Amino acid sequence: MTTIYQKTKGLQDTTLHYCPGCSHGIVHKLIGEVMEEMGIIDTTIGICPVGCAVFAGNYFACDTIEAAHGRAPAVATAVKRTHPDQPVFTYQGDGDLASIGAAEIIHAAMRGEKFTTFFINNAIYGMTGGQMAPTTLIGQRATTAPGGRTKEQAGEPVQVAEMLSTLKGLVYAERVCVTDIPHLNKAKKAIRKAFEKQMAGEGFTFVEILATCPTNWGMGTAEANKWLMDNLAAYYPLGVIKEV
Amino acid sequence: MKREIWKGSEAIAEAAIRAGCRCFCGYPITPQNEIPEYMSAKMPAAGGVFVQSESEVSAINMVYGAAASGIRAMTSSSSPGVSLKQEGISYMVGAELPAVIVNIMRGGPGLGSIQPAQGDYYQATRGGGNGDYRTVTLAPANLQEAVDLMFDAFDIADQYRNPVMILADGLIGQMMEPLVWKEHKPRNLPPKSWAADGRKGRDHNNFITSLLVEAADCEAHNRCLEKKFQEMEDKECRWEEIMTEDAEVLLVAYGTPARIAQTAAEHLRKQGIKAGVFRPITLWPFPARRLREIAEQRSVKVVLDVEMSLGQMLDDVKLAIGECKPVRFYGRVGGSIPTVSEVEKAAAGAYEEVK
Ligand SMILES: Cc1ncc(C[n+]2csc(CCOP(=O)(O)OP(=O)(O)O)c2C)c(N)n1
Repeated sequence: MTTIYQKTKGLQDTTLHYCPGCSHGIVHKLIGEVMEEMGIIDTTIGICPVGCAVFAGNYFACDTIEAAHGRAPAVATAVKRTHPDQPVFTYQGDGDLASIGAAEIIHAAMRGEKFTTFFINNAIYGMTGGQMAPTTLIGQRATTAPGGRTKEQAGEPVQVAEMLSTLKGLVYAERVCVTDIPHLNKAKKAIRKAFEKQMAGEGFTFVEILATCPTNWGMGTAEANKWLMDNLAAYYPLGVIKEV
Repeated sequence: MKREIWKGSEAIAEAAIRAGCRCFCGYPITPQNEIPEYMSAKMPAAGGVFVQSESEVSAINMVYGAAASGIRAMTSSSSPGVSLKQEGISYMVGAELPAVIVNIMRGGPGLGSIQPAQGDYYQATRGGGNGDYRTVTLAPANLQEAVDLMFDAFDIADQYRNPVMILADGLIGQMMEPLVWKEHKPRNLPPKSWAADGRKGRDHNNFITSLLVEAADCEAHNRCLEKKFQEMEDKECRWEEIMTEDAEVLLVAYGTPARIAQTAAEHLRKQGIKAGVFRPITLWPFPARRLREIAEQRSVKVVLDVEMSLGQMLDDVKLAIGECKPVRFYGRVGGSIPTVSEVEKAAAGAYEEVK
């Protein structure tokens, strides 16, 4: 019998807690597959802060450290510097990275810390139940923006990959999504490239993944995928933002 | 052993390196800048990591990361900066991570002053972050003790997998004193098999976390921590007794005020008042039982607590002594240091009052 498909060894053999249609599980799988293909499950250290992915240490097969809300880049800085030969990544939501942890990510990128950040941008606070994030689109509804986000009240959403790309320490930033197989394949390539550049010691590497949150967006799975492509991808353009 | 003159902050930094600290992260704040400065110069040669972080919040989380991946790590700051570290300290206790935090205290509240103070006693001994927790808090009164305690601090942290705080007033950090580098006998410590430093063939992944979503699980975790705190109380309590055998006036003080109190006690004895000093070295666990025993001595007429605060350790002194002897207080705050004659006067006044 030939094996057609096998669950990646980069993930533990367990059930994920994510809602139907949420991108977190797919992104976990891609990271797991890349770790397996690169043969780095045994050496990688992942840092997963507060957010829907706070249990990621129960899913990733590599060693994992939970971090306080927003602080993963600080945690990863010391982990990487004390273990310079091992791959290190952070896995952060948009509330975590772009709001409470804005200082930590900017300074890690500025210092050119040699780890990779996977930035899961679902334009909302998932874990706490759908509050507005710094990435919530103008007009997009959130539990703390019941009439939709307005520029007057909350300013315009932050394009994190572009903002961080102004920093010299960042050597690679790409924005991807996982809504269909072609995009998913591109996302996986970006994840791999980020790990490779990290291990080559080039500098800080960043992959922003536009993600769905059907539960808090109040949409079905297919509708959420379409909304992502029509709206999120329109404001947050897909593709390589910076590569040096 | 050779006596060497050292500056407090630099001696503390050197002691940390000698104790095996291999990651220091910190943010500048007076009066402890010599610690990060010394670390930036010396840590690389020791094969360790130095990072000047973007904030104290970041520094403590860097230390969290190094500790989580099995490295002896430390941060230092002064009062306002230590306030910012409280979230991280709480997370470290929750995730059972060892590290050393040095607080060279200055005047407060708010920006306060940059002169020596002891206003962070509550924060250090009550757990300044969220949740039920404790950190062993060591309070050196001179530079020899400061460097000796650094070695113990790292060992205690590793033994219990819990952060340890060095709580020193600005004088300890700023003054110069002779000290000797003693041979430190390390404790028999368990291997860090829990560390998230890469699986390297391990049959499971290590996951460092403080999150327990089920109330029953979280309570069970708290009970485990409680057991550790109890063990620390039983085994780690330290204090010094100076001329207490026949003391009529018992002065209680820690850090620099304890030295002032000792000189005051010597002067008082020359004037015919038998004074002694009880000096807690661990502020948590507080040496309550021993303080109570001494206070119960027939000779003791009154207890005078001396602090560079409005009276924070005073709570612990009163809890220890209860109603058995009258307790009085003398404190200076905001960066002002009590003088020997002020303490003498306060002690003599308390003695007259109860005689
Ligand atoms: C200091 C602190 N503030 C607030 C929270 C509550 N909190 C938990 S997760 C979260 C936001 C999560 O949103 P995001 O980072 O976008 O990740 P997602 O859940 O959408 O994957 C917040 C505000 C917290 N845990 N800690």
